[in-house]
Amino acid sequence: MKARIRIGAGAGFSGDRIDPALELAEKGGVDYLVFECLAERTIALAHRERLSGRGPGYDPLLEERMRLVLPWLRRRGFRLITNMGAAAPRAAARRTAEIARALGLSGLRIAALTGDDVTARLMAEPAAHPLLEREGTLADLGEAVVSANAYLGSAGIVAALAAGAEVVITGRVADPALFLAPMIHDFGWPAGDWERLGQGTVIGHLLECAGQLTGGYFAAPPEKDVPGLARLGFPFADVAPDGSAELGKVEGSGGRISLATVKEQLLYEVLDPAAYLQPDVTADFTAVTLEELGPSRIAVRGGRGRPPPPTLKVSVGYRDGFIGEGEISYAGPGAVARAELAAAILRERFAWRGLPFEEVRFDQIGRDAVWRAPLPPDAPEPLEVRLRVAARAPSAALAAEVGREVEALYTNGPAGGGGVRQSVREVIAVVSVLIPRAWAEPRVEMEVA
Amino acid sequence: MRLAALAHARSGDKGDTSQISVIAYDPADYPWLCAQLTVERVAAHFGPLVEGPIRRYELPALAALNFVFERALGGGVTRALTLDAHGKCLSGVLLALELPDPQGRGG
Repeated sequence: MKARIRIGAGAGFSGDRIDPALELAEKGGVDYLVFECLAERTIALAHRERLSGRGPGYDPLLEERMRLVLPWLRRRGFRLITNMGAAAPRAAARRTAEIARALGLSGLRIAALTGDDVTARLMAEPAAHPLLEREGTLADLGEAVVSANAYLGSAGIVAALAAGAEVVITGRVADPALFLAPMIHDFGWPAGDWERLGQGTVIGHLLECAGQLTGGYFAAPPEKDVPGLARLGFPFADVAPDGSAELGKVEGSGGRISLATVKEQLLYEVLDPAAYLQPDVTADFTAVTLEELGPSRIAVRGGRGRPPPPTLKVSVGYRDGFIGEGEISYAGPGAVARAELAAAILRERFAWRGLPFEEVRFDQIGRDAVWRAPLPPDAPEPLEVRLRVAARAPSAALAAEVGREVEALYTNGPAGGGGVRQSVREVIAVVSVLIPRAWAEPRVEMEVA
Repeated sequence: MRLAALAHARSGDKGDTSQISVIAYDPADYPWLCAQLTVERVAAHFGPLVEGPIRRYELPALAALNFVFERALGGGVTRALTLDAHGKCLSGVLLALELPDPQGRGG
């Protein structure tokens, strides 16, 4: 058994920077480089693109990432694991094989992991599947359903690694499982070893957002100063067979890993820290201890685990109408009063024209748009505000009326309104259902370049 | 005194649920923060933006509190009409919470 393995994080979301991944690939000494690129809704958007023929259904940056990273994979001898397969892991694997051949990397073994797409099975009997977030069942969404993908665990990736895959491309897999799989593969952790699976999940969870561990989403000068954010390095973990790990980053890269950055990321998007529900394990973060070993070098121990829930979570993407938006700015004395007047005019126009919006929201950017909490009584009058109007509509044509009415304020509204922008977008929303584990069996297909 | 003087925070989202960790810069301040940063005080600070219940989890090993806010994101990132549909800015909102003068703490 290896004394330790080094797992690097090459991306924390679909559009993430590529240069820090290349830095890890070239200088990081990694055994595995993991690209986590699939947010909750991304897979539904990819399905919609694939179905409409507007896109291949895999991550739009897959080709660029593979072209740049694969030469290093061969030179340095690491393996790559990614969920960039999105709605089309097999097509992504075939495309990756083409890229590998063009780069002269013949023989590269690329695994496509499928089995997460449970759309057909769920929609065969939609009324049998209650929604987790609200009343109702999948039958209430009916034709609007675009996709249903179960969160798979690590088993399929472990099988692909055991079959000799150098690149593993998945669709929907629980994010920490992308990192847990190589630990299980190299250290031979048995099923039911909840303690180590829990600790491995802690490490995977810390790495899955890449730069959020090394000082991204953290800096707040002057108290929380982070050096070199423009060249932020992505993290790696040196994992020992017992699951304990040391976090680090490439010497000379930007950012900093500190006790504070690790604590923030450990709790990021965690609800009950004693019960972090995963398909592989229910992880418990409450006894995790951190120790600073040196600059950007933190030891992590103490993650624990219990058996996972008997069900798997499924994200269901569905068409949920359109959102129309319009924005206009006001500056100087009385800017807030003019923005409020503009909002009042729009409310009256919407009512008088009988525009059947399902929901309308007014914000003043610079005052209460992202603040949203009650304003303190001593809140200062801003030098400028930007009125933002957003409305939900069943059709794109109706949604577009929001921007049209905002634009008309140029010549028909309060004094000094400028900088109108307007947009319309289709909404693909997500709800969740639970399924028996047996409904989503991972399948591995190997593509050889 | 604002909470930001004693603690840092990070917000995340799960569907329509917002989550904000609050971590003491100095672990010695943690018991005082636990006493001051009650669910009631946090609820009053956020007001009607949080439509559902608020839960607080204590993590003494990290000198951290984890707050979970149900129905706080206007339906969640995939469909909310809000500008910051993730609620990423809400950590900053929480750090602006006014706390009593720290002179009185420790007793």
